[in-house]
This record gives sequence, structure tokens and C-alpha cells, in this order.
Amino acid sequence: MKIQNRKYIIKGGRVIDPLQGIDEKLDILIDGDKIEALGHFEKKEGEFVDVRNLVVCPGFIDMHTHLREPGREDEETIETGTKAAAKGGFTAVASMANTEPIIDNSGMIRFIKEKAERDGAVEVYPIGAVTKGQKGEELSEMFDMAKAGCCAFSDDGNPICSSYMMRKALEYSKIVDKTIIAHEEDLFLSKDGEMNEDFNSTKLGLKGIPTISESIMVARDIAILGFIGGNLHIAHLSTKQSLDMVRKAKKNRLSITAEVTPHHLSLVSSCLATYDTNLKMKPPLRTKEDVKALKMGLRDGTIDCIATDHAPHALFEKEMEFGSAPFGIIGLETALGIVCTELIQTGILSLKELIEKMSVNPARILGIEERTLKKGKDANITIFDPNKEWKVDVNNFVSKSTNSPYDGWKLKGYPVMTIVKGKIVYREGEFQQ
Amino acid sequence: MMINGKDLLGIEELSKKEIEVILKTADSMKEISERKIKKVPYLRGKTVVNLFFESSTRTLASFALAEKRLSADSFNLSSSSSSVLKGETLLDTVRNLEAMKIDFVVIRHPMPGAPHFVAKRIKASVINAGDGTHEHPTQALLDLMSLKQKLGTIAGKKVIIIGDILHSRVARSNIWGLKKMGAEVSVCGPPTLIPYKMEDMGIKVFYNLNEALADKDVIYVLRIQKERQEGGLLPSLREYIKIYGITPERLKNAKKDVVIMHPGPINRGIELDPRIADGKHSIILNQVTNGVAVRMAILYLLSGGEGDEDSK
Amino acid sequence: MTTREKGTVMDAIQIKRALMRISHEILERNGGAEKLVIIGIRARGDSLAGRIKNYIKNIESIDIPLGVLDITLYRDDFTSINSKPIVGKTEIPFDVTGRIVILIDDVLYTGRTIRSALDAIIDFGRPKEIQLAVLLDRGHRELPIRPDYVGKNVPTSENEHIEVKVEEVDGEDRVILREVKDDD
Repeated sequence: MKIQNRKYIIKGGRVIDPLQGIDEKLDILIDGDKIEALGHFEKKEGEFVDVRNLVVCPGFIDMHTHLREPGREDEETIETGTKAAAKGGFTAVASMANTEPIIDNSGMIRFIKEKAERDGAVEVYPIGAVTKGQKGEELSEMFDMAKAGCCAFSDDGNPICSSYMMRKALEYSKIVDKTIIAHEEDLFLSKDGEMNEDFNSTKLGLKGIPTISESIMVARDIAILGFIGGNLHIAHLSTKQSLDMVRKAKKNRLSITAEVTPHHLSLVSSCLATYDTNLKMKPPLRTKEDVKALKMGLRDGTIDCIATDHAPHALFEKEMEFGSAPFGIIGLETALGIVCTELIQTGILSLKELIEKMSVNPARILGIEERTLKKGKDANITIFDPNKEWKVDVNNFVSKSTNSPYDGWKLKGYPVMTIVKGKIVYREGEFQQ
Repeated sequence: MMINGKDLLGIEELSKKEIEVILKTADSMKEISERKIKKVPYLRGKTVVNLFFESSTRTLASFALAEKRLSADSFNLSSSSSSVLKGETLLDTVRNLEAMKIDFVVIRHPMPGAPHFVAKRIKASVINAGDGTHEHPTQALLDLMSLKQKLGTIAGKKVIIIGDILHSRVARSNIWGLKKMGAEVSVCGPPTLIPYKMEDMGIKVFYNLNEALADKDVIYVLRIQKERQEGGLLPSLREYIKIYGITPERLKNAKKDVVIMHPGPINRGIELDPRIADGKHSIILNQVTNGVAVRMAILYLLSGGEGDEDSK
Repeated sequence: MTTREKGTVMDAIQIKRALMRISHEILERNGGAEKLVIIGIRARGDSLAGRIKNYIKNIESIDIPLGVLDITLYRDDFTSINSKPIVGKTEIPFDVTGRIVILIDDVLYTGRTIRSALDAIIDFGRPKEIQLAVLLDRGHRELPIRPDYVGKNVPTSENEHIEVKVEEVDGEDRVILREVKDDD
């Protein structure tokens, strides 16, 4: 991404900036890649961009994206994945390490950064593996990777099975003070499981993954965290039990954070009656009670952020009988629509709170520059219409993959413009080169 | 009268009325197998493929006979013998069948939802001959037919299904079918072999066999497989027989005129004592006879490749 | 398609007389009841067949074997129906080989039903002869089929419809001529 040197006046939008406590109609002056000023500007040098009736806020960050490059460029690349992010209103993504080969050394971190610099539509913060090859046996070179620019560590895709390794990982990560993002799954309990273990799995004859598969590991890791310290972030939290444990751990002031995906807020295990493989993911879709609890967990702050777990899969792999299809669905282009429909329209979160969950908090957890619209800060801005209704059509997706369960859904909440380091990367259907 | 939709994928989606139509039609079909010339021309010129990804002699034979007795052109593709199926995705297999203008697909597959996958992508009528641990609708229908013949009516009867319910598609289909026809259904087996939240299907769960048998009109015995022991679900078959084996002694806890059923094949001496399998309570052979009639009825009632623009 | 009643073609007495006459004709033509078997076609031919069997019994004190044939599975006109007719039971508890089969139906129209019935009977064995008795012949044959015994000839046009009601099924004996109305 070349540094751009134009001036813009983003005019007439409702600027909501949680860190500065701003929620009013304001114009934003952008100079080059930085924010110059906020105010009311009539005569100014630069291009006027009319954003009346739209919300203007610090740019969203998706802290859980699978870009599939290197290794599965047929499913997604850094270029197409970041474009999908921009279309979804995200100005940055944190890319997961389970590529082929795994991102477990500084060379790979640099590869991601350089590729993203050249091809990426938005900023990419690489996540490094916790263990070498994500095998769960030896710690990776966390210090070296952090120096090369990685923002956090995760073996996501896999849990860290050995409690000993999790302890060592949390312990060692204290050198660089970064968070361990944990994919919580007890592989013994979840073995061969394909959906949540409940009445629906019994009806459908599919082997179930019980909620305890997740909550046991959450309990374990909270205990280790409490014992040894470090920073723990629970990826794709999906059950009420896990949520209650995180809430308690936060009360006890442990350094723990948690994310939830849009699909765990909008879909349940009964949806699987059609055996649609676009509903197959890990952790699986849970029950109404879990969805309700997760929404309350967002409201009361137990859950810090919303992250998509965007997991592209090739059509030929998903278009199979249910048992043969891989786990995972995409989510970058529907995330905002889903969360506005499920959380804003229903009054569960205010716009300010939503923006915290999607921008301010992910930045804080990843230890990157705080998201706020202040003079001198990078101009990373998301502009969206929280009320616009639109229909999801996977044929219009820019992601290389189409494994989304939302095709045909009517959603409210539409990303209109995405500005990354002062450059209007995405604007109402068009990408800028 | 017809079955709604072009396929038969499970009992769960059938209404009581549809089940009654199927049983009535099967009753009429039975006579054809008793004639000298066991054939009627109804499916003449129609093509049926039996797509079996799991080996089965009895179900396959039963379907093949049903198809031929209705004069259909029937052929078998089974993955054990045919290289056509090995190394080819289910999607490609379906596309090839569609291109060959097949009218019916009878599919047995180890994964739940495979028949649904095929049905969505092909104009032909799809009949589920067993999909993993999900459903085996034609088995349940022939069971209902056999029971109706023996008892006159199913409503109000108390039926208990015994064995490895967790892995049994026969159990699931039968539970749906029996409940829709008004029977009172319960299950009995080791806790590790009873699915989570099974009670939500509207049935009672027993772990104690004597209690379970007490006032039942029908005992449906399922096959227990050695693999369960290896999978850590049972300590041993020996223990299973001790707790759940149906023997003449155990039957003393049941009603005098209790009916015994089994989907076959029987592990003699394991889940069912041979004296009972061959005894006066058993209607196991009737189940087999009715299998052909029920499958003929299904083939008659489904649209068979005609169900695109016109149907419904 | 709605129909409007145009008139009664045969009432109960007329039906009884026709069936009795047919019973006598059968006996006359075949020189008695030996070798005879009767097969009635569902769903009303079987009721009429039962009556003819009884009349013959009253006349010559012989019990002729009676069978019922359901021809649903032999029909040739399924291609565009969405609803399948209910398949009734066929019961032919005797051997047809070498016998004279008196096949009985209520209305003879295009002849396709009779063709189906002939296919079915021949699957059961090799009759010496098959003779056809119908209560009504309304013309418009589409196949070379002719009845041996007819209750009444009723020439009709194609937008007319003959409805037969029998006591055993409909609670009364009556043959009605109906006209198909074109709905506006």
C-alpha cells in the first residue's frame, strides 16, 4: 500500500468515537495518511466526500481471519481476503497462522507483512503460531516473531492439547506481553463430532460435540492463567458455560479477553436439519440459550469483541455429503449486516458499544495503535449505514470462496466506505487501486 | 393419494395419513408376490439404480425384487464391487446418474444426509435405504406393516426398543413411525448407547430390562455390534448379554402374548436367544416378507423423475 | 371440471333386469356354468360381478368361482397425474388356465381398462376364452375391443360422462348421464 498524499473532507457524517466520547455530526479532514482535524469545514482544500446520514467511526479490525495464503490460494489470498475485509467495513485484519506452511517463525511473519504491503487492501497484522508447526510440542520463537511484527500468538485450527504446553506458552509470552488466542476444544470429547450435541444431533443421527468440550478447556486455561499469568484470549466463544467462567475470571481480575463470531449470535443447531455444509463449523452452532447468553455477554462486557473467524473453503470441498465436508464458513462481508440486525436493531448494543467491540477493543487486545479519530493518528475509518436493508448474494462476494450460510438473507446494516491510512479503499461497490 | 415431494428421505417428515396410504398400498402389493407370474407392468421402461455405499444383502435384494416385480429396469452400483464409485465424489456420481436419465435412486450411505444431498441435485426420486445413523424409512414402514398385521392396530400399543439406540437408524425411524401411528414408545439399553436428550423425542428411557419389559405389547430387539466394545462404549459383549440379552427367562417379565421383532440380521445368542427368534412370539420372518411389498408401494407412490414442473 | 346432471339412464329396476338378462345370456351361450369363472373389475365391476354370480346360482344352482381384479398397476395413462389412485387388492383365488373367464365391468368406453384387464388375466394363466360383459357401452372405442354382453347401449358425446352408482358402494343403483360444464 503506497502512502497516499491526497486530502479529503469526510463531510456530514455522524462521527462516533468511543475513546473521545464523541457522538455528533462532524467533518473529518484527512491529509495524506493521517487525520488532520475534526470540525465543520466548508471551504477547504481537498475532495469533499458526502457521508450524510451515515455513521463514521474508527476503523473496524477483524482479529480472527484466515487468509489461506500461503498454501491454499485457491480458497483465498491476501489480496482477495483483504478486499473482502474492506467490503465488510474492516480496515485491518489479524491473520491466523494455520497456513501451509504454518506461520511459526519471523521469516513467515515478514512474508505475510510484505505480501500484505504489496497486495493487501487493508492492514494485515500477522498472528504467529504458539508452537512450532502448531504441533503442540515445542514453543515457537515468540520474541523473534514479535520483533518481526506479529501481534499475538495462536494455534487456532487446533487446541493446545497439553496443559503443560499452555502453561509454558502463557509463561513465555510474558517476555513480549502479547496475548495467546486459544481455540478451546477437548479433542477427546469432540472426536468425530460434527455439530452440537443436543436433541438435534440425536434427530439427525450426527455425532455431537458437547458444550463441555469447550468449557472444560476454558476452565483449564483460566486456571493456568490464574496460576502463572500472561494474557489469554478465548477465540470464538460459543457456550453459556464458557461465558460464565470468563465473567468470573474477569471479576477476579485475570488478564483474560474473549471474542464471539456473528454466526454464533444468529444461528442455532436446529438450522442443520437440511444437512447444509455451510452450517458446519467449529465450534458448532449451539442452542437458543447459548445465543441469548452470548448477546448478554456482549452487553455486560464479558465478551470484548466480535471477530468473524472467516474461514474460506473451496466449493469442491464443501459441496459434499455432510460428513466429508471441512469445518468453517466465511464471514467478512456479512459481519456488519449480521451484528447490526442481531444487536443494534434489537437494542442489545448501542452503536458506540458496537464500535468498541469491533474497533477499539480488538486494537487494545492486539496491542496495536489505539483506534480513535484524533489529529496525527492514522486515518483508518469505517463508514456505514446501520439502517440500510440489503440482500446477501454470494455471487457478489469478492472473497474467492462462497461458503456462507447467509445467501439470500435480508440484513440491516451496510458498509458504505472503508478508508485505510487515508486511502478510500472501498466505496459503495468499487475498489480503488 | 401420494407422498408429498418426490423423495422418501425419512419417516420424520411423513404425516400419519401418508404412512397409512403407504401401508394400504403395500397390502395390495403383497398379493403380486404370491402369483405365479410375480410381475405387473407399472414401472415398465423406468430405470432404477441401487446405489449402495455400504454392503447389504437383504435390503438390496428386497429393493431389487420390488423393482423387478414392477417391471422396472434395475441395476446395482455398490462401492465394494464397482470402481465407478471409488475415487469419485458423490457429487460427480449424482451428475453422471442425472446425465443417464435415471428415474429412481435407492441410496444407502454411511453418512447422514447423503440422500438429502443427492435429492437436492437430481430430478429422479430418491429413496433412502439407510443413511448412517440417521434413518432407514423403508425398514420402519415394513415394521409398521408387520405389526399392524399381527395386532390389528398400532394406536395405544406399548412398544419397547432394546439395544444400541445410539447407532441405530432403524430405532430412529421406528420411533417416528410408531409415534405418528399412536403407539407409546420407550427404549432400553446401556446409558452409553442411548443418545443425548432422547426423551425429547417423546419416549421413555429405561436402563433396567425387567422394568422395561413389564407391560409391553411389542419388544423390538436391535443388533449389538462387537465394534461398540472396541469403541469404549461397552466393557464387553458378555456383560451386555447378561444385562440386556432377551432370553426365555427375561420374557417371563413380559406379557404372555408379547410380539418380538428384529430388523435382522440376528446375532443369535447375543441380543436374542434363538428359541425366541424362532418361537411363537416372533414375527421376524413376516417382516422380511413385507419388505418387498412395502418397497413396491414406495416405488408406486413416488413420482419417479416426473416430479419437476408438475408436482404440487 | 364440474358436471351437471342431465338425466337418469337406468334406474334400479332397469339395472336388475339387464343383469338378469346378461346372466341368462351367459348361460345360454356357454351351454351351462361348467368351466365358467367370473372376474369383476374394481371398483364397481366387482359388485356387479357378485350379483351376476348370485343370479346364475339362482337359475342353475351352480356356484361359479368369483374373482376381483384391480387394474391400477396395468394402466397406461399415468404420465401427467400427480395424484396416484389407490391400489386395491386383486383376489383371484382360482386358476384361470383352461377356463372361460367372464370379465365384468360397469362402463365400456375407450377400451383401455379392458386391455389392462386382459394383460392382467393373462399373467395369471392361459384362459380358454375371455368374454366381456358390461352394464353400459357408451361408444368411442380407441382400441379394437368389443363386448359380448351389454346391458344397455348409450351413445354419448365426449363432453358427456356416465356415472354408475351401485348399492354396495354408493347406497343406490342408478346410472346417470352428466354433462361437463365449461367454467367461465
